[in-house]
Amino acid sequence: MTAQNISDMLRARFGDAVTGGKLEGVPDPWITVAPLRLREVCTLLRDDPAAAFDVLMCLSGMDYGGGKLGVVYHIDSTTQRHKIVLKADVTAADPRVASVESVWKTANWHEREAFDLFGIVFEGHPDLRRILMPDDWEGFPLRKDYRVPEFYNGMKVPY
Amino acid sequence: MGLLDQKFDNANIVVTSMDNLLNWARLSSLWGMQFGLACCAIEMMATGASHYDLDRFGTFFRGTPRQSDVMIVAGTVTLKMASRIKVLYDQMSEPRYVISMGSCSNCGGPYWEHGYHVLKGVDRIIPVDVYVPGCPPRPEALMEGLLKLQEKIRSESLARKKSA
Repeated sequence: MTAQNISDMLRARFGDAVTGGKLEGVPDPWITVAPLRLREVCTLLRDDPAAAFDVLMCLSGMDYGGGKLGVVYHIDSTTQRHKIVLKADVTAADPRVASVESVWKTANWHEREAFDLFGIVFEGHPDLRRILMPDDWEGFPLRKDYRVPEFYNGMKVPY
Repeated sequence: MGLLDQKFDNANIVVTSMDNLLNWARLSSLWGMQFGLACCAIEMMATGASHYDLDRFGTFFRGTPRQSDVMIVAGTVTLKMASRIKVLYDQMSEPRYVISMGSCSNCGGPYWEHGYHVLKGVDRIIPVDVYVPGCPPRPEALMEGLLKLQEKIRSESLARKKSA
């Protein structure tokens, strides 16, 4: 299936959950999905026999600047040999995205990393807590407006 | 064995001072606590392996701080790990020494400018005796660091307070 086919299938089934995308002219075409409808979209993508996206290759948080955050999903199909990119855009004021941990188990740690470093809250994640930074760290380091703290637990952080 | 076997000409008696004896005993068997954190750990393992043997200096790695004399901090010290390093250093019994191996534990290394998660040098939390520069230091450099620590121990005295 081409990116256009996948996008058409999703639009036919979910209508307004698909909010756009760039389906040609780039090496990795992407489809933008409404963040809170992501779980049902991904469940269809995994279970539909023509799509059969059984592997979540990568899940990354993004900060586009100006308070706009996002999550990018790279999913592959090992049986149908095609792949697609999904994007979900949120704002720093309301950074909620539906968790796809129930669809692809590998999203468990990837979503914890996106939460730890960007502050994107994944609703429905069974165990959303920091994974890389210490548990009592304040702030989300990979956001563009992050400032390095002066001290952490009595240790001076900057050089 | 170049030290002792020349001395038994007439009788089996060696006269030395307590300082010399204690220092010689301590520096000849520096049991290290294996504390490989990152890439420098690989070089430390290479130094301990057969080609650049550390065992000929009397050093072999113990898993517990209770039985070690020297802690070789090899690798990047993150803020998350720093509290654990402090606990482990406190658990070592005296006399204890610290060798800081590599750029990251000397001064933060390549993460000095943008590393929000890196402790810029392990000497911010524990006292360091010898710094071995390098990224990573060659095995010969780590061995020189160990020999320098041995010189430092050789010059210690029961009468003077230990420096670090």
